[in-house]
Amino acid sequence: MPPVLELRGIDKSFGPVQVLHDVAFSAHSGEVTALVGDNGAGKSTLVKCVGGIYPIDAGDYLFEGRPVQVNDPRAAAELGIEIVYQDLALCDNLDIVQNMFLGRERKSGLVLDEPTMEEMAERTLAGLSVKTVKSIRQLVSSLSGGQRQTVAIAKAVLWNSKIVVLDEPTAALGVAQTAQVLELVRRLADNGLAVVLISHNMNDVFAISDRIAALYLGRMAAQVKTSDVTHAQVVELITSGRSGELGLNNGSGVAS
Amino acid sequence: MSATLTPDRTVDTPSIANNTRGYFERVRGGDMGALPAVFGLIVLCTVFAVLRPSFLTSGNFANLFTQGAPVTVIAMGLVFVLLLGEIDLSAGFASGVCAAVLAVLLTGQGLPWYIAVSTAIAVGVLIGAVLGLLVAKVGIPSFVVTLAAFLAFQGLVLLLVKNGTIIAVRDETILALANNNLPPALGWALFAVCVAGYAAVQVVRARKRATRGLTADPLTLIALRVGLLALIAGLAVYALNLERSRNELIVSLKGVPMVVPLIVVLLLVWTFVLRRTAFGRHVYAVGGNAEAARRAGIPVDRIKISAFVICSGMAAIGGIIFASKAASVDPTTGGSTALLYAVGAAVIGGTSLFGGKGRVMDAVLGGAVVAVIENGMGLMGYSAGVKYMVTGSVLLLAAGVDALLRKRAAATGLR
Repeated sequence: MPPVLELRGIDKSFGPVQVLHDVAFSAHSGEVTALVGDNGAGKSTLVKCVGGIYPIDAGDYLFEGRPVQVNDPRAAAELGIEIVYQDLALCDNLDIVQNMFLGRERKSGLVLDEPTMEEMAERTLAGLSVKTVKSIRQLVSSLSGGQRQTVAIAKAVLWNSKIVVLDEPTAALGVAQTAQVLELVRRLADNGLAVVLISHNMNDVFAISDRIAALYLGRMAAQVKTSDVTHAQVVELITSGRSGELGLNNGSGVAS
Repeated sequence: MSATLTPDRTVDTPSIANNTRGYFERVRGGDMGALPAVFGLIVLCTVFAVLRPSFLTSGNFANLFTQGAPVTVIAMGLVFVLLLGEIDLSAGFASGVCAAVLAVLLTGQGLPWYIAVSTAIAVGVLIGAVLGLLVAKVGIPSFVVTLAAFLAFQGLVLLLVKNGTIIAVRDETILALANNNLPPALGWALFAVCVAGYAAVQVVRARKRATRGLTADPLTLIALRVGLLALIAGLAVYALNLERSRNELIVSLKGVPMVVPLIVVLLLVWTFVLRRTAFGRHVYAVGGNAEAARRAGIPVDRIKISAFVICSGMAAIGGIIFASKAASVDPTTGGSTALLYAVGAAVIGGTSLFGGKGRVMDAVLGGAVVAVIENGMGLMGYSAGVKYMVTGSVLLLAAGVDALLRKRAAATGLR
């Protein structure tokens, strides 16, 4: 099966600084692809290119095998690409349902169709086997970090999206909550979505990912199956860009 | 709350006990809602009634409504701006400008009232659009924009009324607004429509939700709410329908003041807009987290401009009531305490100065508190100086409560 998202030869510069060099990346339906790399390796930039926040300078953006133009976030959303940023972008003063439908409210005529929205939200959360929230009419301000992450993820999958990108979903969570969120992320992939998981935590990556893509100084060092590599190899890829046979070879022009 | 896995989602059973428990949990967590305003209203009314029996007469009760009406209407508009976490310091003088426009058109040009009223409101809308554009598009803090407008509009009123002359308003329709009363029978009819309408809306919504298997308010709770509304509104209409003329042979004075149905209609319309429309939802979203709203595709700038337009438009209606009440417009119309009372009304009612929290009803409850202070202290014979100081302290108290509740909510993890 071809990957649902495939990027080839992506270049991206900000003024004189070239952040992404000839990056190739793919994400498959039903799989969790972990995107790893040290700070400044270009993970966030790559994700923002996927989400249409930054237009790409050069390269091919293929969605379900077709080349597409993604120049703004709306175009990405229309394709079915949803990004959950680290700060989650939830309104504390609104409840779970209101947040999930924010900006895309269901209306009957002029009036908000609350029962339908409540049902859809309920169904989505049930589909993700979310059992941790007491009432979907709770204000987000009363939720724990893990529950907020859950709401943000549920918001992303509510729209029959095909690709969900999660930016460090467990960075601010405790042990129990991390386990819950990881379980949820795995379930997304098992439900048939392509999940891209940005993480610094190797345990998380090895716990749930099917593939690992390692960025090193703006280049894709390697994209490998998780079962084919060891913990140490991935760390090497992140820190030096190569590990034995894997990774960038010296000829690729990376400074030592 | 803990994040441990519960065996299954416990769906709250719709019972009175659960509703009450939920309410107390919210209050303890710092979400007091209308509680401080209602409590303050009861305390103030009791104190004034004991100290000055004339406070409780039906004549004074009717005065409260006409005195409080313009400030309440301006406060309703301010709620929209405050919900965004912005402020409009020029709302008072915006109402003055609109009142002056009204008076000039009515008395100076001799135009009919409906043209004067619609022009005055149009001027208010225009003022709001300009303020909103400066805040949203240019990016000047609303505090500065409206502080500048505060001075500029004060000047504009002076220019419109030709440096201090007083323009009398003699149009009967305009004068009726703040000075006439509904016939007692019409007052009761209005009461019946309101209570029946409220009951119908509540029951229909609960039924609809129940048939779709969603948690709905229990009928007993609805009956309780409707009963409470019927009791309070019934007592008010009864008191207002009492004869309050000193000598009823000369002139009979009874009935619900005309401003009451106006306030009820404005309250219903804006509550509907805030609670039941996507626009209202977006106002809360922008006030709660503007960046999240922007990423959700909400046109944040347009929402901001709309809020300022609503605020200044409502200020225009407030100005029309000012003009009607005083039967004239002078350079102080909408000046002095009007703005502070309006901001005070919204904040005392429970609207947060930090944005994202508030209802149109807050303006009405807070407006009542402000009107009772103003009226009661007047009856006690205090000078304007003391009144200003007390009202200023009450505003500070309300803002302090708002800030402390926010801190408490943060501490209990509710915000």
